[in-house]
This record gives sequence, C-alpha cells and structure tokens, in this order.
Amino acid sequence: MTDEPIGAEPVAAHHFSFDGRPVAFADGHSVGAALWADGVRSWRSTRHAGKPRGIFCGIGVCFDCLVVVDGRADERACVVPARPGLDVRTQEGSGRADLAL
Amino acid sequence: MTPRPAPASGYPDVLVVGAGVVGAACALAAARAGLRVTVVDRGPVAGGTTSGGEGNLLVSDKPPGPELELALLSLRAWRDVAEHLSGGSGLPAGGFELEPKGGLVVAESPRALPALSALAARQRGAGVEAVEVPADRLHDHERHLAPGLAGGMFYPQDSQVQPMLAAARMLAGARALGATLRTGVEVTGMLRDGARVVGVRTPDGDLPAGAVVNAAGTWGGAVADLAGVRVPVLPRRGVILVTAPVPVLVRHKVYAAEYVADVASDNADLESSAVVEGTPAGTILVGASRERVGFDPAMPVHVVRRLAAQAVRLFPVLADVPLLRTYRGFRPYCPDHLPVVGADPRAPGLLHACGHEGAGIGLAAGTGLVLAQVLTGVAPDLDLTPFRPERFEEVAA
Repeated sequence: MTDEPIGAEPVAAHHFSFDGRPVAFADGHSVGAALWADGVRSWRSTRHAGKPRGIFCGIGVCFDCLVVVDGRADERACVVPARPGLDVRTQEGSGRADLAL
Repeated sequence: MTPRPAPASGYPDVLVVGAGVVGAACALAAARAGLRVTVVDRGPVAGGTTSGGEGNLLVSDKPPGPELELALLSLRAWRDVAEHLSGGSGLPAGGFELEPKGGLVVAESPRALPALSALAARQRGAGVEAVEVPADRLHDHERHLAPGLAGGMFYPQDSQVQPMLAAARMLAGARALGATLRTGVEVTGMLRDGARVVGVRTPDGDLPAGAVVNAAGTWGGAVADLAGVRVPVLPRRGVILVTAPVPVLVRHKVYAAEYVADVASDNADLESSAVVEGTPAGTILVGASRERVGFDPAMPVHVVRRLAAQAVRLFPVLADVPLLRTYRGFRPYCPDHLPVVGADPRAPGLLHACGHEGAGIGLAAGTGLVLAQVLTGVAPDLDLTPFRPERFEEVAA
C-alpha cells in the first residue's frame, strides 16, 4: 500500500485539428476527451437558441457532444477515437444548413 | 351539451381502464358530455401502446369501409379536440403538435400506379381528398425524394400528432372538467351486480362506477377476460427509427405504395415499408414494420436495417444522417383488423375501445367521441355495428 494517489499522466504525442488549430492527444483518447483536456468545454451550438454544448453523458448515449469530423456532422465526440490529422470542427446547429428546403 | 345532474352517489358515471391515447380521448369526450369520469392505469400516462406509436392520422392507407369512416370522423374529432384544448391552454395545435401536413404515397415502379389510382378513386367516393402527382412533379412536394420514382398520390388530409403529448393534454383537459386520474392502479377484476358490470376491483380497493370502458390497448383482451367476455386482441410488433435532428428535409408523411398492402395483410412474417416523416423536434421518424412475435420485447436489428434501407431508398439524403435511437411497440390487432368499439351486450355496463392496431392514434379522437355518445344515450355519429365486441363469437359459431 502506498499513500500515492492513483493517477496517470498520458503523453499527448499526437495532434488533430480543431477549428484550424492543433489539439494534442494521447493514445486511446476520444476526440471529446482530447478537447476537454485541452480546456475546450463546448464544440456545438444548439439549433434554435445557439447555446453552447459539449460533453454531457460522456458515454455515447445523449447525443449532446456532436461535432463535425472530417466533414461529417453529428459525430459523437465522446466515442470517436482521436486520430492524427483529423479535421474536427464546431457544429453549428444541425450542421446541415445546406440541406434546408 | 348540458352536464347531467350529479348522481346521488359519489361514484363516477364512467371508469376508463387505460390512460393511453384512446382512454384519454374517451375520458375527455365523456367529461365534455357532462359525465363524471375516473381514469385508471396500471402504469403511467401513455405508458403502453401509445408510447410505442408514431402519431399517424392517416386516411390514405385505408380503403373505403368502416375503418376509413371512423378515420374521417376522427380527423374532425381531432381538430375539435385541439380547438378545445388550445382554448383552455392557450397552446397552439392543442399543445400536442397536431399538424395537417398531408401524406404522399409514392410508387417506385410504374406497375404500382394503376392500383394506387384505383384505390384513390374509391377513396374519393368515400370523402377522401386524393391528388394525383405525376413523376415529374413529385419533387415539388418533396425536394429530397429519390430520382426515378414512377409517380404518386397526395392526400392533404393525412395528419400527425405527438401521441404522448396528445394523451397527456386530453387527460389534463378531462381533469379540468372534473375527471380523476389514477395511475399505478391495476384493474384485477370487475364488480358485478348480476350480469351487469358496476365497477372494477383494484389492489387499492373497489372502484364502483356507472359504466366501465376497456381502453387497455394491446391488453384489451385481458381486461375483457376479467369480465368473462372474449375480445381477441393480439400484439403485432412494430419498430420505429429516430434520426438525429435535421433541418426540414421531409415535409409530409411519405411512404411507398406497398405499405397499404402490408397494413391489410394477414402474413405473420415480417413486413415493412418505410413511412418517413419529419417532426417539430427536427428528428425524422421512420416506421413501420409489422411482425407477429407475441410480446417479444427484442429490438430486431434486421428490421432496423431493413427500415433504414427503405427510408434511404426514398430519401437518399438520409444515408448520411445517424439514428439517435429506435423504439418498438405492440400494435393491438383483431383477426378482422377492425377495432372493438361500443357496448358489450354480453356484459352490460362494459364498453370497449381497443384493438385499433397501428391506427390507434389516428382513430382515438373519433373513438372517444362515439363512445361518449353511446354513454350518454345519443345516437353515435357512426354506425358501430362493424366494431361490435361480440362479432368474433358469431364468426366462431
């Protein structure tokens, strides 16, 4: 037994792009975890009121942490594995304004 | 209508078993007719059949006959309910998203067109509006429809509601007129006075009433059993997909012409043809499968896959839209695919309002209206003979 607290200091050895700037992440991080570790708390605005959204449930259920990944809207940041070179962008509303009738 | 004078007893005039959309419609209609109403449900409001549905008020999928007549009456009744509740609440569309959005039935192959046109012609004779849409005009109605479809039929009367909101708002409306709602109370037996049903037994005690309405949806047969009468209501499993919210991509209820054949079918195997529609929340709903598997609660992945593929075939743009979730319900069907509505001569004092299959949301308001008419001794707006509860005995005899 030791009095040392349990902890980990993962080495953030890779980067993806978030709204055009690099965000570092360690092996095994999700996009959401990397953004959170980088201090980013919101990466989506709601469809009607434009309010900020980020991690809520963190386990892929609530669809609150949606983000645009490599041009695909509605990706759940909490379950998409971070990969070097991903182009991650803030999702405005449904992320599909181009489809509106 | 003038309220009837309160009876000397403290008992309600009518006790409704089931707080789903049909029970709620019966309760509201009876309360508006001046009756004193109590609603009981073993679960919460809209906890059974209603919450597994889609909210379709369709006339387009029904050939002329008693069910179409009830559907047309029910459309009018829904508008009246919405007006009544909007007056009380100030909320638009009754507070339950009543939307007369219209339905578009599309034919994928020219071979389906003659049947579609023939059905529409017969429906027009029964009071349905149906407008033929040639292939080159389909995209005026739905911009994102797939190319290459053979043509279609537009039904302006087809409408939509949010079923759980509709049940809740109607019950609130009934309570505003003095009705009592008791959830978490299971009916375990009937109170009898000779042959007559004079209330129900529950673990919370006996609840005497002037009349009992069986609005237990898929479990309507079990409630009828408690009164010693047979009403053969069976479950048919239906799956619905819910997409992520999107801008308005789909304006109407859109489905393939094959759906009509599925609704009327007696096939026990899986049948599915996508009914695609947007909702005020932005999600798109994709129904509707039908499988006779009893009360098997499994979520069959092959059905989800098949419905999704059918929806994408109608609207290729959906290929890129994720599903938020799926849900399923058990549509209460009778062997002749007609609901059971009216007084049961085998058990005086007992009335039924169940067995509406996949059309229960659409048929609810009309069912409530005619049942309240029966309860108050008014001639119903519709001949209820085709819906009589004892008809299955006659078939068997």
